[in-house]
Amino acid sequence: MTHDSGSKSFNVKAMLRDERFWKIAFQVITLVVVFLLLSFFLGNLNRNLIQMGRAFGFSFLRNPAGFSIGESLIQYRPNDPYWRALMVGLGNTLTLVAAGIALTTLLGTVAGVASFSKNWLVHKISRVYVGLVRNIPLLLQLFFWYFAIFGALPNPANQIGLLGLAFLNNRGVYVPWASSAVLAVLGIAATIGAAIAAFYLWQWRTKIRIETGVGGQKQSIALAVLGLVWLAIIVFGMNWTVPEGVEGGGVTGGLRLSREYVAALTALVFYTSAFVAEIVRAGIQSVSKGQWEAARSLGLHAGIVMRLVVFPQALRVIIPPMNSEYMNLTKNTSLAFAIAFPEMYSVATTTYNQTGRPVEVFVVLMATYLILCLLITLVMNQFNRAVQFKER
Amino acid sequence: MTTVTPDSFSSAPPEVVGLGPIAWAKKNLFSDWFNSLLTVVIVGIFSWGAIRLTSWALTTAQWQVIPNNFGLFMTGTFPSGLYPRIWALLAIICGLAGLSWGVLGRNVSTLFSRGVLIGLGLVCAFIVLFPPTRPSSLKLLPMVALVAIAAAAGRQAGRKFPGIGKWVSLAWFLSYFAALWLIGGGLGLTPVSTNDWGGLVLTLFTAVSGIALCFPLGLLLALGRRSALPVVRWLSTAYIELVRGVPLVALLFMGQVMIPLFLPIGSRPDRILRAIIALALFSAAYLAENVRAGLQAVPRGQNEAAMSLGLNTPTTLGLIVLPQALKIAIPAIVGQFISLFQDTTLLSIVGLAELLGIGRSILANPAYLGRYAEVYLFLAVIYWIFCYAMSLGSRKIEEKLNTNH
Repeated sequence: MTHDSGSKSFNVKAMLRDERFWKIAFQVITLVVVFLLLSFFLGNLNRNLIQMGRAFGFSFLRNPAGFSIGESLIQYRPNDPYWRALMVGLGNTLTLVAAGIALTTLLGTVAGVASFSKNWLVHKISRVYVGLVRNIPLLLQLFFWYFAIFGALPNPANQIGLLGLAFLNNRGVYVPWASSAVLAVLGIAATIGAAIAAFYLWQWRTKIRIETGVGGQKQSIALAVLGLVWLAIIVFGMNWTVPEGVEGGGVTGGLRLSREYVAALTALVFYTSAFVAEIVRAGIQSVSKGQWEAARSLGLHAGIVMRLVVFPQALRVIIPPMNSEYMNLTKNTSLAFAIAFPEMYSVATTTYNQTGRPVEVFVVLMATYLILCLLITLVMNQFNRAVQFKER
Repeated sequence: MTTVTPDSFSSAPPEVVGLGPIAWAKKNLFSDWFNSLLTVVIVGIFSWGAIRLTSWALTTAQWQVIPNNFGLFMTGTFPSGLYPRIWALLAIICGLAGLSWGVLGRNVSTLFSRGVLIGLGLVCAFIVLFPPTRPSSLKLLPMVALVAIAAAAGRQAGRKFPGIGKWVSLAWFLSYFAALWLIGGGLGLTPVSTNDWGGLVLTLFTAVSGIALCFPLGLLLALGRRSALPVVRWLSTAYIELVRGVPLVALLFMGQVMIPLFLPIGSRPDRILRAIIALALFSAAYLAENVRAGLQAVPRGQNEAAMSLGLNTPTTLGLIVLPQALKIAIPAIVGQFISLFQDTTLLSIVGLAELLGIGRSILANPAYLGRYAEVYLFLAVIYWIFCYAMSLGSRKIEEKLNTNH
């Protein structure tokens, strides 16, 4: 800093040598350049849109959509408005995201832990799986699952039955399901509620055992009762319907998962799990060797060391990158449109093709995916806070 | 898994040296009843799968679709009369690759070690034996020879002129424009419309262009996000977070539609250019985060020491902080390049005939109805080779730059 603070007179030379002046000047220049660029682009956009006769606005969302959608969680008819069509797409995206996150966490963790297996074959399979799947584009894998695997299943007349509980054919997968949507939602809500209650009960039990050194039986009993109640609700309260093969092909009852949905889910889970496996592996490796040895020397055996000592510490390293994997999975569900699964992006493209409004459709898409990613980040941040080191 | 021990623990000094195959199997496959069960089940499933796969590959599969369309896979609908230009491009790349290899390996005692020779032999054998390449194999063999000769020459040159590395980098830079000229024509060559660019050539071209564009942009965004100037920081952060929140396919598709809307009425950049811009703008946001992680890993003391020596902000960044940060970030940066390479497949959705796109249009041909597995497996092998080569290269660079002792 060569600024001459002593002199009162305004000195241009000194100002040009002052870093503080340049800091402000640089920001002003940046702002002006960004502003000019934006006004150039937005001005062009405005002129182009006016020339096409489509001023910016979202009122078109209330017009009837006029196209049908293959599968939908909510009631939808072709003459419903566009916003309802987009809702259907969002619903389909959400089913893909929810199932995808659950299955990816499971498969990724198993594959990551498997790379530490003492069994040479299990270790190799985990490594080969990761090395193979991460180096092949997701879209190619998606086409492979959709056309070459699920497309090669027999037609409904020769469908494959699995113990009479589920059926596979080239139109989709048929599984047992609750007899009504309301019951299914209740079942899922009960499962989530039970999981949350179990988590807090377990924490309470651990806290009591740490503080007093004994006890926790009451909580254990509560946990067991909770589990039994949940099991009873799921087994008897759902009024399960089992798919039944029809003479000459086809299936009645149960839940049909379309071939598009199953292929998209499989491809997403297989692809993302390979990345999750690497994250889990790196996390476990990051726990220092001494932790493992200390736990072993206390007489704990390998499984318990992993569960109680190594994995909780690894979680601190695992959670932050998992957040971005979940976000990638969410964004990658948009690829399912390439195999004609009617998710958010696919419906939005159809909307654009029919209305010729790229800007508005893009804003809707961007807002939707941003909000989804933000929600995931919020949940993961909560979770992250729970597993961080509690330091004094 | 019952038995889980992190790698580092089992890498303790081996207790038994020279395990026999039976002892090895007992230790690694049948150590207890659970492992034995696991081994038996896995071996059962995999041998069943292997038998099914082999019988499919040898009897049901009709591999004819690959050799019949090999030219399409490689160059798309590029006019076959102009193939010599693609060969010339391949020769330039092979020559430069060999030269760089030789210059980089100038201090290694022998360039053609046994492993390398075996590798080259395998490549030659593959070229001669693999049927789809047969009409072209006569031209591919000299390419392999070219790599070897250029490597030997590069080694000699590297020993004589230590500063040659810079010139090789410059040559790589110029080769990009040579490629543009050889593919696109003009300046004395027959022009080829971008509608006829396709196949592996287009995949590689878009990937390289995307990487070349997104790297400087990502660097600037990362520096902007770490900047002490609030305006710059907010703008960079807003850009990064907005772009990272949108799926690439939406950005690509809308890029095809919206980039012309953002420009003055009537101007419409080429669709390949639009795709490359969308790809680079997208990847730059991710790359910025990788570089930022590297920047954060450089100790603050480095910055302060440089400042106290009287370096100003640009020189501190350029000479002290960035070299260290980039070194740390190499694996993540290469990972981002690999995913950019994989993301070029999405261009097939917006109608470009890159490798996957050309595969899909071949599958749409009634003559090859239902040959999905064959075509997609073939494409998967190509993508896998390139991505694996990139990650292997990143590991080599990492080892080379690793100055920790």
